[in-house]
Amino acid sequence: MSDERADESAPAPYEQARWHDDGTYEPLLSEKDDTTVAVSSSLPDDLTRDELELPALPEPEVARHYTRLSQMNYGIESGPFPLGSCTMKYNPKFTEDVAAHPGAQIHPLRADADQQGVLELLSELQDALASIGGMDAVTLQPPAGAAGEFTGILVARAYHEANDDDRSEVIVPDTAHGTNFASAAMAGYDVVELPSDDDGRVELEALEAAVSDETALLMLTNPNTLGLFERDITDIADVVHDAGGLLYYDGANLNSLLGKARPGDMGFDIMHFNLHKTFATPHGGGGPGQGPIGVVSELAEFLPNPQIRERADGTYERYAPDRNIGRVHEFLGNWLVLVKAYAYILRHGDEGLENVSEMAVLNANYVASQIEYEVPYGPFHHEFVASADADAADVAKRMLDYGVHPPTTKWPEIVDEALMTEPTETETKSRLDDLAAAFNAVASEDEDALASAPNRTTARRIDQVTAARNPRLSWHALDD
Amino acid sequence: MPYATHPPEDLDAMLSAVGVADPDDLFDIPDEVRFDGDYGIDAHSEREARAAVEGVLDGSTDLVEFLGGGHYDHYVPSVVDHLSLRSEFLTSYTQYQPEIAQGFLQALFEFQSFVVELSGLGIANASMYDRATALGEAALLSSRVRETSGNTVLVPDSLPDRIRSVLENYTDGPGIAVDTYPTSGGTVDVEGLRAAVDDDTLLVYAATPNARGLLEPDLDAVADVAHDNDALFCVGSDVVALSLLEAPAAYGADVVVGDASVLGMPTSYGMGLGIFACREEFLRQVPGRLVGASEDAAGNRAYTLTLQTREQHIRRERATSNICTNQAWVALRTAIHAAWLGPDGLVDLAEECVTGVADLCARLDELDGVSAPVYDGHHFREALVATDAPAADVADHLREEGFALRTVADGGDEYLAVCVTDTNRDRIDDLVDAVAAYGGSR
Repeated sequence: MSDERADESAPAPYEQARWHDDGTYEPLLSEKDDTTVAVSSSLPDDLTRDELELPALPEPEVARHYTRLSQMNYGIESGPFPLGSCTMKYNPKFTEDVAAHPGAQIHPLRADADQQGVLELLSELQDALASIGGMDAVTLQPPAGAAGEFTGILVARAYHEANDDDRSEVIVPDTAHGTNFASAAMAGYDVVELPSDDDGRVELEALEAAVSDETALLMLTNPNTLGLFERDITDIADVVHDAGGLLYYDGANLNSLLGKARPGDMGFDIMHFNLHKTFATPHGGGGPGQGPIGVVSELAEFLPNPQIRERADGTYERYAPDRNIGRVHEFLGNWLVLVKAYAYILRHGDEGLENVSEMAVLNANYVASQIEYEVPYGPFHHEFVASADADAADVAKRMLDYGVHPPTTKWPEIVDEALMTEPTETETKSRLDDLAAAFNAVASEDEDALASAPNRTTARRIDQVTAARNPRLSWHALDD
Repeated sequence: MPYATHPPEDLDAMLSAVGVADPDDLFDIPDEVRFDGDYGIDAHSEREARAAVEGVLDGSTDLVEFLGGGHYDHYVPSVVDHLSLRSEFLTSYTQYQPEIAQGFLQALFEFQSFVVELSGLGIANASMYDRATALGEAALLSSRVRETSGNTVLVPDSLPDRIRSVLENYTDGPGIAVDTYPTSGGTVDVEGLRAAVDDDTLLVYAATPNARGLLEPDLDAVADVAHDNDALFCVGSDVVALSLLEAPAAYGADVVVGDASVLGMPTSYGMGLGIFACREEFLRQVPGRLVGASEDAAGNRAYTLTLQTREQHIRRERATSNICTNQAWVALRTAIHAAWLGPDGLVDLAEECVTGVADLCARLDELDGVSAPVYDGHHFREALVATDAPAADVADHLREEGFALRTVADGGDEYLAVCVTDTNRDRIDDLVDAVAAYGGSR
């Protein structure tokens, strides 16, 4: 990549597209056209609506509308996107073409014999993920990471219930993703929050004090959200197992462990994979993702229905595990995400996957070494949490002006004004230098410059208070 | 290494900056849990990887599908792929920094508006995973908003097992029971429902079109039964059907759930897009992302995720739902498809779902040994077909002839199920011929 700038420490100039139109950046479809059609149908009138009011635009205008909207949006191909715990890496183009293959357009209610291609891919992907996680069995069904957590907790609950073991609590460290708490609560558990020690890790004494015969599960991210590996993981596993509980691995940070360590080898009983993170399927502006879970052999009979397996004759079939928890999605979640993730895994192989984690960890450490903000905890892996000496939200807004997406802010809360930064492996040194330059430019600016940012994005700073106090959630509400 | 390569001089400079000789030295992992084995996965060139995956996918049989059962195929115009695959959309993240994500936020705001228009309800969220999880969330919402201490969700006895299983997984945690009310002649038995509802009922659910492909004829009465007992009324449907049908709010729906991937997505092994719309008074109890309009510092209208204090990353175990990653990109595709169709196109597409299945049923009904549809009433896309020969045998025969159909068990009988849309309607003649060739005659 050529870099023509004279001063490499200066941030790159940036200006996002902005389509002004009388108080808006791009009119709504409903402002471009508003057509009311009278509905006539072969159905009786009492079943149908009288009219339908929606925009009616010719295809060229539809194309222009969405092209303009796309220009007012920032993706991974726009520039660095170091959102901590989100793993915003480049999404290989060829996986989209694979997903568009006609053989992927199969209906799930076909007979097994008529969907052998789908079932073979699913079976192969189950096996690949089991191998990567060090797990004995994998279900691909959960449609997102949080859905994977929920599924894993239901599997744990079914396991305990099958042992006539009534347990009411799930333990979650204070640095964990918010979904851990919410998923446990949805499954009917009381959440016990575990404080971190001074080093930012799980404190064994605190854990020993927290576990009891009420402990169903400890949910842990490793490396944790500070990027720190839980060095006492085998002791942690022993404490939980000795209390009769199970250990759950939140796979949000798996991008740091490929080829280096496996949750199954650390003593985890259940884990989820975020295919849209580690395995590079596009985040799509907030989904679709996919959150398969892996389990140890003792839990395999509780996995959702259906599972996929190879028969002795080399064909594939769906089957219902003996004591399955039922379903967490009507079908099998986001199939196209599974196809893309499988293609990504095949493309990389063992060596490529290990390189992913090595470069992800190197890139994070390199950026941390180049920025002026303090990074209070370490040694970290694929992500680090810097502490801004100003309001982290303002720092983030100002970073937007330098053409990079800012880190995750103000979380985890044990770091003051946290900037949780995960550059990922797919950035060149030159881009990482751009990112560091953006951090450092902002670090040198005064409060006013930060508070008035951003200036070079489509919209200037957006009033969140008004949005929440006077909710207008559709074009129908704008006239109010 | 395909997408993560530093040239040697850069690698050296970076290693030097962080003070290690090898990237492996940065891993702070105790030896006892270090992985020194292999996954056993071979690397492939892009061409090889593509060929390998496509080769596997080619292993499925080439069949004309008349399936349905919750996953429906409509023609998706090329414009949907070409616009939604623009990388600024496809490779973006949840809009935590709204100033740089106005495009996607506006698209989701427009999607919410589309669902509001179709449902007639005051608010709609930006997406759920699928119709089954959306129903699960509706049940949870009902337990939060209903003022009396009810504990039961009522669903029709024809609710597909797949949806019921998801619903029960959502309701088990908070201890909500799922019970059924009867259907008769394929639609809601209103008197049976009235007998099943009591003070304990949180929510009454009915779908239109329902699991038998029928449009429910009297949802006003169903709404009245629910409301007479202070229960919420939740309607399940999809965005094509709702383009033609009366807006559920008009007959008293409090919540509308269902599927929106009928627009924007081709057949994709059940990948869905759940919709969730409800009355405005439930706003702070809604699950999932909400995009709202506000203003920016320049005084222009701008969009942002709002009311995030409902959500897991703020409220944690007290959140309205654990949902984080949802189906935003599918919602974008649905919105593009809907914009391309416009109101006339939507109504025409929906009308084709009425006439197509009626046409097929009329043709099948002319065959000896075949009776279609099993139930009187107005069908939408789907219908059940009675055959003198066992339905499974007929389906097997049709597979040999190149058609995929499913069978449905209903009240001790097993029927053939058909699903007709714009993408298979031109194969009706061939299907009728194939059925006729199986022991039937005209």
